[in-house]
Amino acid sequence: MAPGSIGIVSPQTMQFDEPIELKSGAQIDEYSLVYETYGELNSDRSNAILICHALNAAHHVAGRHADNPYDVGWWDNMVGPGKAVDTNRFFVIGVNNLGGCHGSTGPSSINPKTGKPWGGDFPVVTVEDWVQAQARFASRLGIEQFAAVMGGSLGAMQALQWSIDQPERLRNALVIAAAPNLSAQNIAFNEAARTAITSDPEFHDGHYYEHGVVPRRGLRIARMIGHITYLSDDTMDDRFGRELREKVLNFDFGVDFQIESYLRYQADKFADTFDANTYLRITKLLDYFDPAQAYGGDLSRALKNATADFLVVSFTSDWRFSPLRSKEIVKSLVDNRHNVSYAEIEEPHGHDAFLLDDVRYHNLVRSYLERVAI
Amino acid sequence: MSSGTGQSGKLGRRDFEIISSWIKRDAHVLDLGCGNGALLRHLRSQHNVSGYGVEIDDTKVLASVKNGVNVLQADLEAGLSEFDADSFDYVILSLTLQAVRHTERIVSDMLRVGREAIVTFPNFGYWRHRLRVLFGQVPVSRELPYQWYDSPNIHVLTIDDFEIFCAAHGMRVCERVVLDEACNQVNVLPNLLGAVAVYRFDKSVA
Repeated sequence: MAPGSIGIVSPQTMQFDEPIELKSGAQIDEYSLVYETYGELNSDRSNAILICHALNAAHHVAGRHADNPYDVGWWDNMVGPGKAVDTNRFFVIGVNNLGGCHGSTGPSSINPKTGKPWGGDFPVVTVEDWVQAQARFASRLGIEQFAAVMGGSLGAMQALQWSIDQPERLRNALVIAAAPNLSAQNIAFNEAARTAITSDPEFHDGHYYEHGVVPRRGLRIARMIGHITYLSDDTMDDRFGRELREKVLNFDFGVDFQIESYLRYQADKFADTFDANTYLRITKLLDYFDPAQAYGGDLSRALKNATADFLVVSFTSDWRFSPLRSKEIVKSLVDNRHNVSYAEIEEPHGHDAFLLDDVRYHNLVRSYLERVAI
Repeated sequence: MSSGTGQSGKLGRRDFEIISSWIKRDAHVLDLGCGNGALLRHLRSQHNVSGYGVEIDDTKVLASVKNGVNVLQADLEAGLSEFDADSFDYVILSLTLQAVRHTERIVSDMLRVGREAIVTFPNFGYWRHRLRVLFGQVPVSRELPYQWYDSPNIHVLTIDDFEIFCAAHGMRVCERVVLDEACNQVNVLPNLLGAVAVYRFDKSVA
């Protein structure tokens, strides 16, 4: 059967009434997570793959929603019947993380204690918190052990954290376009993005919902900053170069160059669908991610008790999380004699390459998963 | 550099059997230029070895993944600095020695990260090659299936050359097997009658 789309999918919601203790010391008494599943869970419950989303995405991994056929899942080229993550064989799950803004409990949700939106009071969550919430969620679905946990970028960081925090609950971790922690430059970009949001007059310390406004200007700038880091210099040059939108310079501060038009479009699209409080928290969560920290900065020690097999993939043009960062992860796994394969895909598209349809990359994931016993 | 494993099929896996006979059970092995991972797969099934292959070529990395072998995509020429000292029981370089540029560094790195090293290489001193050179042409054979202009082999070495190299670089030869073109073991005049040499060596104690 030729690879195809999973077709129409619908999200579901799972409610949790037992409190979750967060790394910060804060606690969320009750929360819900929205998720989608693709394929069928087998009778042994051994064929489940958890797909963890990155900064800008959510639970809608593959297929389309009936009410919006243009809303294709963010990893639809990877996940579907006959695709690299084959839903004819695997039961694939996407879940919107705690603190998200696509249906799971987050800053825009009502805080049951106050009857008002959490807003700025929603706690800062961490990758460890996300993994804890995902593990509970998996238990409720009756999945004791995942065939694989996988993701790109921040999604890959979750897969790595899973292998450390829940070693018995996954057999494979696919860690794509990742880093073992953020560099000073990465954190600096995040701080610039956060400053754009928090300095927007309509931010109101995160309680903007009550004021009936959103810090849209700040969120737009934050997205522009982030988006620049996802693309490579070469990709931008290839796609836009110095091309002008109207063939002449306007001598004002509107759009002269096509790249400006593109950035504005991306910023608008993002500001229409994403919540500024969630953006603040996820960038902070990225900054805090550092599984080696609890082990004296030694990632090898952090990964000592991992039992999963690993596939680590990086992209040569990714300057946000360069291949060298992936190699740090690989070295820590090799130090522990864990099973790991590492591939470095030579391609020009920057960090966003993990979302794109590259045949070498997809063949690797496909071949790796074909060997995963279920 | 190019890995030499394209040539390994020509040996009918005879070198695999020799290497396999030297490897201890449950050993931890690094196979440099692992190609499609067939050697590691063989050693895993025969001796329950663990370890990794290193390969630069995309197609071969994919083939290794398909073979269920741990493969790390990297350029051997960049060195083995990512591996800690003494982290492997054996480091193998199969039919690649003649195709690496930084030979001394790679061989010394092999003995840094591994307790023992195993190399196989085509013997340019083989009588047919000598004859061909005598008649004015560069050798082309089953073990050296390339023309001068498309050959990945950038070093020309013989068995005698390698042993001089070993002595000069503090390497002690533990075992050696020399094969002729029919993959039979050669016991007399190896540098003349041998087409391929397989060596196991370690650091000589000073």
